[in-house]
Amino acid sequence: MTTRVIDLATNTVRELNGALHADKAHLHWQVLNPAGRHAIAAGLDAPATVEIDGHVGYYCAGMNKHASVLIRGNAGVGLAENMMSGRVHVTGDASQAAGATAHGGLLVVDGNASARCGISMKGVDIVVKGSIGHMSAFMAQAGTLTVLGDAGESLGDSIYEARLFVRGSVGSLGADCIEKELRDEHKALLFGKLEAAGLAGAVDVSDFRRYGSARTLYHFHVDNVGAY
Amino acid sequence: MCGIVGLFLKDKTLEPRLGELLARMLEVMSDRGPDSAGFAVYGAGRPGFVKLSLRAPAGVDAETLAATLRGAAGGEVDLLVRDSHVIVEIPAASEAAVRAALAAGHPEITLVGSGERMEIYKEVGLPKAVAERFGLATMTGSHGIGHTRMATESAVTTNGAHPFSTGPDQCLVHNGSLSNHNDMRRVLARDGIRFETENDSEVAAGYLTSRLAKGEALGDALKSALDALDGFYTFVVGTESGFGVLRDPIACKPAVMAETEHYVAFGSEYRALVGLPGIETARVFEPEPATVYFWERAA
Repeated sequence: MTTRVIDLATNTVRELNGALHADKAHLHWQVLNPAGRHAIAAGLDAPATVEIDGHVGYYCAGMNKHASVLIRGNAGVGLAENMMSGRVHVTGDASQAAGATAHGGLLVVDGNASARCGISMKGVDIVVKGSIGHMSAFMAQAGTLTVLGDAGESLGDSIYEARLFVRGSVGSLGADCIEKELRDEHKALLFGKLEAAGLAGAVDVSDFRRYGSARTLYHFHVDNVGAY
Repeated sequence: MCGIVGLFLKDKTLEPRLGELLARMLEVMSDRGPDSAGFAVYGAGRPGFVKLSLRAPAGVDAETLAATLRGAAGGEVDLLVRDSHVIVEIPAASEAAVRAALAAGHPEITLVGSGERMEIYKEVGLPKAVAERFGLATMTGSHGIGHTRMATESAVTTNGAHPFSTGPDQCLVHNGSLSNHNDMRRVLARDGIRFETENDSEVAAGYLTSRLAKGEALGDALKSALDALDGFYTFVVGTESGFGVLRDPIACKPAVMAETEHYVAFGSEYRALVGLPGIETARVFEPEPATVYFWERAA
């Protein structure tokens, strides 16, 4: 397998992304000198592996489908936003709205993710080895968010059916988000997600607590009429 | 959207490069704010003297201005002309008289800021062009902050450009918009803080000035701003010896910082920091919402 190397010190992001979209013959790519540029490796639709050496800016690996993207560094706002499938792994921290609206695939953050991680997630699996910021999993619809560290304020505000697993403390729960019993089926589910993130056996699933929707905001309730 | 940058040097050997590094950071943030730009630099100062940063419209005669200043200051004054701005160094004791003489004799001139070490420059135009007009890359100093503006709350004018200065050696740049600035401006005006514009960010600067005037340390002043100021903000502020960063609790406005043993740097985006020496091994982090960050120079 040959690796195609693209250096962003001499090529534009548009050239990189154009090549990633057009050149289906190469399944291994290396991106040099990302220097915090935005939209690197966005819109991929091939089972390729893309390794990025350095910090990236906004929307890296956005809309990803099938591809595996590794970022050796930190990522800016909107990492893997609207990912459909595949895998995105950042070795440092991710900024706000990591995995926003993502439908599928796996997002692994080795460091911390800041505010609004997994906002409006629609089926993605997110595993954060550090902690996450406030308003994470806001209006999260489906998928799992697993956090080995702590969660900030208002976790899971207005959450639908996503499942949240947090090992550390939770600053506060958002509206309609409650703690739920961690039964064996949830431990098995959680173990599967940890295994996919390369963490099988690294942490004990019993150390996590499960959070999800109380489902009291799903339907209009006449008692709430005064609030409208 | 706006772009803000800041650089606080811990390592004195980098001081000759302050302007060059800051200019590069500012230029990268053009995408976030192409309509105007400004910056403050804390350079050399002389005890007992104060520098006034003046903005003069085209055509002002430097000799007439110098004569006015000499008369009010009671002796020779140092005049440094940089494009549309003039930096004047006068004995601190004559500041009130010089300000009065300027207001009376040169109403066309705007006083942008004053302080022992701080100089402020701002203009409408692309950040790169603004930095080049004033020769930012050649400036030296211990710390500086900069702003690239995309106007939302007030007009695209030089007066609306940042940094804002409302107190000696104090300045502030802001990304965001405040919602209680009109109320707060009235409260602060009653306390004696003077405002030159209708801009929301100037109110934030005025608020910090009022707290510092009460003897609070920069860190405490920033902390009290969390309760007093309502809206969206990431602030970077400079004082004679300090450098601070504050984000509102919602933290919609982006912020990235880098720290090494040689400097602390702030950028709206990481891109602004990539040209800094040793950035590859710097501790790069996102400042937490509603958390005060500040650094003070050793005296």
